Amino acid sequence: MLAATVRVSRDLDEAEEAVQDAYLQALERWARDGVPDRPGAWLTTVARRTALNGVRHREVLRRKLPLLVEPEAAEPPEPAGPIPDDRLRLVFTCCHPALAQEAQIALTLRLVCGVATADIAHAFLVPEPTMAARITRAKKKIAAASIPYAVPAAADLPARVSVVLTVVHLLFSAGHTAPTGTDLVRAELTARALDLARMLRALLPSDTEVAGLLALLLVHQARLRTRTDAAGRLLRLEDQDRARWDAELIAEAEGLVVEALKSGPPGRFSVQAAIAALHAQAPSYAETDWPQILTLYDVLLGLWPSPVVALNRAVALSMVDGPAAALAEVARLESDGRLAGYRYLPATKADLLHRLGRDAEAAEAYRAALELSDNAVEQEFLAARLVSV
Amino acid sequence: MAQYAVLIYERVPPEELPKEIMDRHLGLPELIASKGGKVTAGLALQPNETATAIRGDLVTDGPFVETKEVLAGVYLLEARDLDHALACAKLTPVVDGGVEVRPLIDFQVVPD
Repeated sequence: MLAATVRVSRDLDEAEEAVQDAYLQALERWARDGVPDRPGAWLTTVARRTALNGVRHREVLRRKLPLLVEPEAAEPPEPAGPIPDDRLRLVFTCCHPALAQEAQIALTLRLVCGVATADIAHAFLVPEPTMAARITRAKKKIAAASIPYAVPAAADLPARVSVVLTVVHLLFSAGHTAPTGTDLVRAELTARALDLARMLRALLPSDTEVAGLLALLLVHQARLRTRTDAAGRLLRLEDQDRARWDAELIAEAEGLVVEALKSGPPGRFSVQAAIAALHAQAPSYAETDWPQILTLYDVLLGLWPSPVVALNRAVALSMVDGPAAALAEVARLESDGRLAGYRYLPATKADLLHRLGRDAEAAEAYRAALELSDNAVEQEFLAARLVSV
Repeated sequence: MAQYAVLIYERVPPEELPKEIMDRHLGLPELIASKGGKVTAGLALQPNETATAIRGDLVTDGPFVETKEVLAGVYLLEARDLDHALACAKLTPVVDGGVEVRPLIDFQVVPD
């Protein structure tokens, strides 16, 4: 509804107001005349009409003034893009590379997912007024810089889709392991991200990276409820009850992965999804196809040379060539310095040291990891590991 | 059409700009016009050393802001939207530096 309205008003604030106004009118009218057959369509029509009145009002004001610049057409033309969908236009507007990435995520949450500003602030660990100010600033830039309310032209689509996919992935990650707080998972955020990925998939059915991202999120979603035990304690992949993984979601993800890998050179989301799918297929942690996972990590590292990927690759390496080989890799990453402050580096190192029987050093590394974690569930897990070594 | 200032930041002083780059500067308005945009004005600035900054009553030698890149010129651009403006501004020839695109305040629009 907001997406359909903003196309008329071309102003996010005005569109939001028009939508709220439509709801108010609905409360009054529907109580009197009954609920219409298509309530959604009714609301959208009313909101769009209100927005159009606002636009006309502005136009009249403009005409009354001496003009140096040509006024814009009162009715904006239907934006021509490869995909005629209002929601997607709104997503692409929110994820414009001219906005800071944090603002992109916040706007997508606020305007596309309808998450309250207070909740977004909570997810980003900032006070609500700070987040409200950031969202306002981003909306202002959209208006002032005339960021188009459009899906980019076909030629520009691949570059812009990758921004959108990154934002959706970050949204999911923020829900998958909440950066702070007492709960490990924020199900609301993962559900919204999954909705967005499904929407993108419906609208861009031939984009392999869209298929890859959706597959990746589906596998993570399928395993979400087994990541903690009944008491809310964190369970490692090797300790999770695989029987409780959602087989339906995993099957759907596998279909998407196969499709993505068959149709040309893979992108990073497709490869990540393939790795996740291999984990999901394995009957147990020990029986995981580690050599193939290691190969996929090598491919991934080529596509996306990130130290985080290198760290995950080291874990796979430890299952193929043993913990000593992996420890050398981790030491290399540690001296690289880019992962200073990344809690999974000392946590991984601790596990490898423990497997090598070097428990004193393992304890030291667990303590370092513990210091870097702000999530209560993770802290408890690390503290328990520390005691056990 | 929306209006933008395109600020050209360059580390190479104007007198040392290669001839090929100068020629491309001269042809820029035409090139942008062929993309549907319009250059309505342009300014090429003398080097940083010629600048004088005034802050209150204090007059000092040099530019207001010291950066590695120097503001070398500005032009005014009319474009449909930011994407169009960015596509046009990308055509600006630069040896070592870049351009900044700033939307201009439209004084004709009266807020409701």
